[in-house]
Amino acid sequence: MSNRIDVKKTYKLFINGAFPRTESGRTYEVKSAKGVFIANPCLASRKDLKDAVVAARAAQHGWNKATAYNKGQILYRLAEMLEGRRTQFVDEIVTVTEVSKAKAEKEVTDSVDRLVWYAGWSDKISSLSGALNPVAGPYYNFTIPESMGVIAAIAPETPSLLGLIDSIAPIIVGGNTVIVLASTKAPLSAMSFAEVIATSDVPAGVINILTGKKDEITPWMASHMDIDGLDISGLGGKKHAEVKSAGTENLKRIYSFKNADPGRILAFMENKTVWHPIGL
Amino acid sequence: MGEKLSFEYAPAPESRALVSIKPKYGHFIGGKFVAGSKHFPTINPATEEVLSQIARGGKSDVDAAVKAARKAYTTTWSKMSGKERGKYLFRIARIMQERSREFAVLETLDNGKPIRESRDVDVPLSAAHFFYHAGWADKLEYAGLGTTPKAHGVAGQIIPWNFPLLMLAWKVAPALAAGNTVVLKPAETTSLTALLFAEVCQQAELPAGVVNIVTGDGSTGALIVNHPGIDKIAFTGSTEVGKIIARAVAPTNKSVTLELGGKAANIIFEDAAIDESVEGIVNGIFFNQGHVCCAGSRLILQESIADEVLEKLKNRMAKIRVGDPMDKNTDLGAINSKEQLLKIRELTAAGDSEGAERWSAPCDLPGKGFWFAPTIFTGVTQAHRIAREEIFGPVLSVLTFRTPQEGIDKANNTPFGLSAGIWSEKGSKVLWASQQLRAGVIWANTFNKFDPTSPFGGYKESGWGREGGRHGLSAYLKGVSHE
Amino acid sequence: MSFYGLVDGTEASLKKYLGSLSGVDQVGADARAAMLATRSIKTTSKRWAIDTAITMVDLTTLEGADTPGKVKALCTKAVRPDPTDSSVPSVGAVCVYNDMVKIARTHLDLIGGQHVGVAAVSTAFPSGRASMEVKIQDTKDAVDAGASEIDMVIDRGAFLSGRYIEVFDEIVKIREVCGTQAHLKVIFETGELVTYDNVRKASFLAMAAGADFIKTSTGKVAPAATAPVVLVMLEAVRDFYAMTQVRIGVKPAGGIRNTKDAIKQLVLVNETAGPEWLKPSLFRIGASALLNDLLMQRMKMDDGYYASPQYVTID
Repeated sequence: MSNRIDVKKTYKLFINGAFPRTESGRTYEVKSAKGVFIANPCLASRKDLKDAVVAARAAQHGWNKATAYNKGQILYRLAEMLEGRRTQFVDEIVTVTEVSKAKAEKEVTDSVDRLVWYAGWSDKISSLSGALNPVAGPYYNFTIPESMGVIAAIAPETPSLLGLIDSIAPIIVGGNTVIVLASTKAPLSAMSFAEVIATSDVPAGVINILTGKKDEITPWMASHMDIDGLDISGLGGKKHAEVKSAGTENLKRIYSFKNADPGRILAFMENKTVWHPIGL
Repeated sequence: MGEKLSFEYAPAPESRALVSIKPKYGHFIGGKFVAGSKHFPTINPATEEVLSQIARGGKSDVDAAVKAARKAYTTTWSKMSGKERGKYLFRIARIMQERSREFAVLETLDNGKPIRESRDVDVPLSAAHFFYHAGWADKLEYAGLGTTPKAHGVAGQIIPWNFPLLMLAWKVAPALAAGNTVVLKPAETTSLTALLFAEVCQQAELPAGVVNIVTGDGSTGALIVNHPGIDKIAFTGSTEVGKIIARAVAPTNKSVTLELGGKAANIIFEDAAIDESVEGIVNGIFFNQGHVCCAGSRLILQESIADEVLEKLKNRMAKIRVGDPMDKNTDLGAINSKEQLLKIRELTAAGDSEGAERWSAPCDLPGKGFWFAPTIFTGVTQAHRIAREEIFGPVLSVLTFRTPQEGIDKANNTPFGLSAGIWSEKGSKVLWASQQLRAGVIWANTFNKFDPTSPFGGYKESGWGREGGRHGLSAYLKGVSHE
Repeated sequence: MSFYGLVDGTEASLKKYLGSLSGVDQVGADARAAMLATRSIKTTSKRWAIDTAITMVDLTTLEGADTPGKVKALCTKAVRPDPTDSSVPSVGAVCVYNDMVKIARTHLDLIGGQHVGVAAVSTAFPSGRASMEVKIQDTKDAVDAGASEIDMVIDRGAFLSGRYIEVFDEIVKIREVCGTQAHLKVIFETGELVTYDNVRKASFLAMAAGADFIKTSTGKVAPAATAPVVLVMLEAVRDFYAMTQVRIGVKPAGGIRNTKDAIKQLVLVNETAGPEWLKPSLFRIGASALLNDLLMQRMKMDDGYYASPQYVTID
């Protein structure tokens, strides 16, 4: 019997379609629930956040212009790639959180199905939320939902994969680009999900993933003037007021959600209403 | 006008080796290919070569199919969550994308349409329809059609020969997304891509009996329409047959949608972008050899620009490449059948005898196969047969108008109401005209554009109901608006 | 000047003429260009297209770093693109800055390239931002040095601020300087004009003013010669012919890098203006890297296998 030494993975950030280390050079330790060492993920700094915002902003115009069909296909591709790698994700969830394999399998299954669900929203959301408004005059008046821009999100601590999906998919379905701070204690799912993103034809900069401490990154997300919205679903309730206050300089749209529903998509979209006369 | 081009494009044939056609086919019932009987030949209309033998479904075949569909509905499909149903449809969409070239070649051989069209339009749109509707399966409660929408049960679907695979997608995708199972009859002259689609259903592991395909002719269709085990009928075809079906189901509880004929007006105003309008006219009537229910078959031209537009149109028509549909450079393919060719000839002869002036683009038509040169008739008035009756071929009737209202009135003066085109650079005029036109699909500064998200269907004798978009879903859900 | 009887030289008549033009629908033009790009040109037609494209190339060097050595090498390549194959035709012309014209003309005549013309860019190419006197002198210098073709730029600032009569007058003056010695190409810099309506307007303006050729770009600004822009210009020359019985040439320049691109241009010409335009006197392609790709594709057609850049000369 051979005792083969396996090649352990180095976990890095995911910014602009590439896997850089944090510019700060810092890491932190991830241990299993029982205290066994697992990995040294990057401890992201505010400069990493800044770089991610630049990438997300540059990517937003092109991503927004992609057809709803194209966006839906890319989200579906994410599901295809995740399904193909389920074992890797199940193992990581079990290793880090030490839940049962069955529970981990269910989380991965739900994550794939959740991606498929969001994929199917891409080409339907504006039919449902847009409107032809019957104004009292000879005008065509229609309301269309449009993307907001660059959104930052704080993913919940658990579930580390499913929670991440909910922090990414509804935001990008609406044509926004996103920077998400992964679960601090269980970041492996997020970093492996970055591999899924990299193989799913997602344009660089549309999704950016940071690993690190909420207390360090959140204030910078809240105050950044080039971030248009913030999803704080992963942040403890006590911190919400502080964050909302910090985000008022550019009137950031700051929300937290409990469930997966189309409201999560619409929250980060703006409604535009257009008038045009009807006549010769 | 009509010069021989000196930059001759050498033949650029797509490879036929991509498809393997069996010498004989049966039906697809209960997830399996089963034997059929009373076979008849299906031919390549560009060469008159026999491609295969197709079965003529009879009573026992239709009974078996409806039974299989009912069983699948009761035991499997109606019990399955929308989430899982949707994933089957996503699989089907992806496999169609994978096998797209194969589907395109087969469609061209069987139908006669140019490979460029089947490759760039028919097949991609078909896959897109499945992809779009897949996403509805688990979101029906959001469609604005009730909080717990329910399927009808078993849908009987009869489709035409002009866009065989696309019409199949328009029917099967929403039906399945809404939770129905189907019995589908492809058109007599174009069954092959439907039978290939059955293979895709198998590759996607679609539960047996959810989709059943019974080939045949009008008698097979009648068996489906009249079968007591069918809850809902969807038909695309001629207005004449649509009325027969409507009469047949009137005394029953069956829900029915019809997508029938048209005689669409393509209205060019004097402030239109002229070159793009000419492209729109050409696309409107010569796309798919004019075998399009929503074809812009009446050009309604503002008199002040008539001469200029007609001259440009004739020059442009002279550049239409008519010939071998398998050649990637062909623009206009074969007429689908001898029968259709005779209909076109009959109506164009009427145009001549009623005093309209015929002009056809000069082209060398192949010796074998069914062909008709792109043709326009000028000096047409509303009273001419060629202005009222659907020709379903590459023949355009040209009428003129003086004021915008006159143009609209001429456009609306028809029992049909499927589609219309408006060409003007003035936004308010475009919106005004679209408000006035009594048609279910209005194309402004474009024509023949289709999308799974965009509802399609007609007013008046062009049919009942819509296909595509949220509005198209309602047809496949029970009791949504009316009984 | 008669201006074909279309305008009388006054601002009012120019405004009327330009105002009578029909607009261009951008989505429709894009769709038509995209459809024509699906044409599949193979075997004999491809071989013909490659050779034809070679004769239409204006082999270009327009760099600040141009030297006599560079220009002479370009000229040699222009006359004999493939030193190992004398069946390859010469290109249409060489295109250089005006202070290189004499060197080019002399060298071409030295190596048996009398049939290859020298085109000079002029009028403060590429920006067009200089006084009229400078622009006229620029042109004169080139014509005196032996240029048989002048590629001028229009004043885009004047065009975009609606001073069309200034754009018109400049073209008229430069045409006068060219006389009978040189034909005049008018460059629009379509990337700066942006809309197809502007391209159509510029085309009709330039043709009435006396352009022999209308040209898309300087090659210094992207986007340059996109398919829909060339389509709009081809439609303009076609319509102009219908009005005046005179054929004006079209030259796309910039962004045409390989054989596929070049063939797409020929298809556009063929199916828009018509086959009469498929000759170097009415259609040119401004390019540099394109020539080698045409040569490599030509080799593949003759030999049956893919060529390598090693078998074509770098200059």
